[in-house]
Amino acid sequence: MASQAVPKDHVTVRTDPIPAGEAVVTLENLSLWYGDFQALHDVSLTVPKNQVTALIGASGCGKSTLLRCVNRMNDLVPSVRVEGQLSYEGVNLYDGAVDPVEVRRRVGMVFQKPNPFPKSVYENVAFGPRLHGYAGDMDALVEKSLKGAALWDEVQDKLKQSGLGLSGGQQQRLCIARAMATDPDVILMDEPTSALDPIATDRIEELIHEIKKDYTVIIVTHNMQQAGRVSDRTAFMHLGVLIEEGPTEQIFTNPQHEMTERYISGRFG
Amino acid sequence: MTQNAKTLARAAGLHKSGTRNVGERVIGIVLFLAASVSIVTTAAVILALSAETISFFADPAVSIVEFLTAREWTPLFPESQRYFGISPLVIGTLMVTFVALIVGLPLGLGSAIYLSEFANPQTRRSVMSVLEVLAGIPTVVLGYFALFFVTPILRDIVPGLNLFNPLSAGLVMGFMILPTISSISVDSMQAVPRALREAAYGLGASKHEVVAKVVVPAALSGIVASFILAMSRAIGETMIVTLAAGQKPTFTFDLRETIATMTSFIVQAAKGDQPAGSLASQSLYAVGATLFLMTFALNLVSQQIVQRFGERYE
Ligand SMILES: Nc1ncnc2c1ncn2[C@@H]1O[C@H](COP(=O)(O)OP(=O)(O)O)[C@@H](O)[C@H]1O
Ligand SMILES: [Mg+2]
Repeated sequence: MASQAVPKDHVTVRTDPIPAGEAVVTLENLSLWYGDFQALHDVSLTVPKNQVTALIGASGCGKSTLLRCVNRMNDLVPSVRVEGQLSYEGVNLYDGAVDPVEVRRRVGMVFQKPNPFPKSVYENVAFGPRLHGYAGDMDALVEKSLKGAALWDEVQDKLKQSGLGLSGGQQQRLCIARAMATDPDVILMDEPTSALDPIATDRIEELIHEIKKDYTVIIVTHNMQQAGRVSDRTAFMHLGVLIEEGPTEQIFTNPQHEMTERYISGRFG
Repeated sequence: MTQNAKTLARAAGLHKSGTRNVGERVIGIVLFLAASVSIVTTAAVILALSAETISFFADPAVSIVEFLTAREWTPLFPESQRYFGISPLVIGTLMVTFVALIVGLPLGLGSAIYLSEFANPQTRRSVMSVLEVLAGIPTVVLGYFALFFVTPILRDIVPGLNLFNPLSAGLVMGFMILPTISSISVDSMQAVPRALREAAYGLGASKHEVVAKVVVPAALSGIVASFILAMSRAIGETMIVTLAAGQKPTFTFDLRETIATMTSFIVQAAKGDQPAGSLASQSLYAVGATLFLMTFALNLVSQQIVQRFGERYE
């Protein structure tokens, strides 16, 4: 697919926009620069509660960048500058009074490559709660989180063994359990299955289905079928611009913008 | 290989070249010899050390019990006042090492954490090059620095401090081992994958929590290795202690007293001309063997520690 410039004044095409009352995360004219390079252009997007929102688009279009805005992970890159608003339950997360460390407790993240700590399975899950001085029953919390990530049955006898001894798919579910243990509202997933085999991928996709009753999920994927399978809504990005967003069904069967259409049909052949 | 195959190979230009085969064999032999030299040398040193040490202990004037328990070390004295108790030297070595570690460990690890995790790359580069300069100062210069610069200052502060003392030598030695600790520790912290740091940040860890709970534990094997290496260097260090700590074996734990270490005794004994084969000259080898055993044990311990406590990541 030839990369093609987006008109400066492009207005995101929206189908069935989410009413403000149902939003957990709302982006308003969010722009982001890495030094002089602008990676996001005036992105506005509403993420509904207890649904799965997929971000799709060609490699380098800014999906990860957008995702990392939501938990302010981009703050770790020294040259980053952000303009616009990103509100979480009504609070602008880029307000000077907001502590990014607190943000990341409420907005968990699962990365592209499973990255368990070189610690035991138990300590991986307990890491976040310990950090935040969790005073309850840690064993119970670890068990609950591992069950939530559909991993308990496989690791209940291996809690003391290193998390790195698990298979790739198990490691990724461990990372999901680890994120769940801090009791976030939102979980961000950046291509969580791109390093996994098809069976492990299936399990993660099933898991995403299950957890959305408790969490709001935003997932980056460049696997279109995956977006189709797991998400309720899909947002299509191109060169840092949000081209179109709407119900997944709609985006895949009846895209409104020609770029979306071309991307989708290009991928399906 | 049949004659036919040879002909075919030659025709196709795939035949074995005699000169190349000989060349490769020669290179192999040369490299083998190079590797052998170091093994042979090590073996020779250990052999000489053990032979002299054994004849030292075989002498009726010496006993192992005395060597381990007596509190005086005077092998260069006339026979009537001669004692062979190594403890003053071992304690002297340990005192200086102790002071050096008290200074070197926190400073080395602290600066490593700062350089790896907090400093910007430019600061890191310039501080690292200063540390390299520090690492390059000859120890004889550091010894003079301890004796003529540090000791006079310390004598104003510490009452009863002798001109030669383990305190001053240890302090300066602490700075000598600092670059060892910090450069190895920086390398091992820099090797901790970014993904692990991000995982911790993603869970709401602050910068110092990421460092304390993820980076340092993951880098622990390298950090411990740097400590052990620094300790070995401190134990084996010679010029600083010879110049600044004194050459009088004394059974004391007082950092203000003049002492001798194992290494400074060896210098002293080797400097005077003890007749070869005499007890005095053999005592030097016994001290050398003790020194060797201590460093060797230290390396074994460090391997254990690294295996038991090091977090492994791939
Ligand atoms: N840390 C960074 N510094 C500079 N440029 C970056 C950085 N991270 C990403 N970019 C650039 O921003 C653009 C978007 O990147 P990214 O969000 O990773 O895209 P995607 O996840 O859609 O593949 C790319 O052009 C990439 O080169
Ligand atoms: Mg990406």
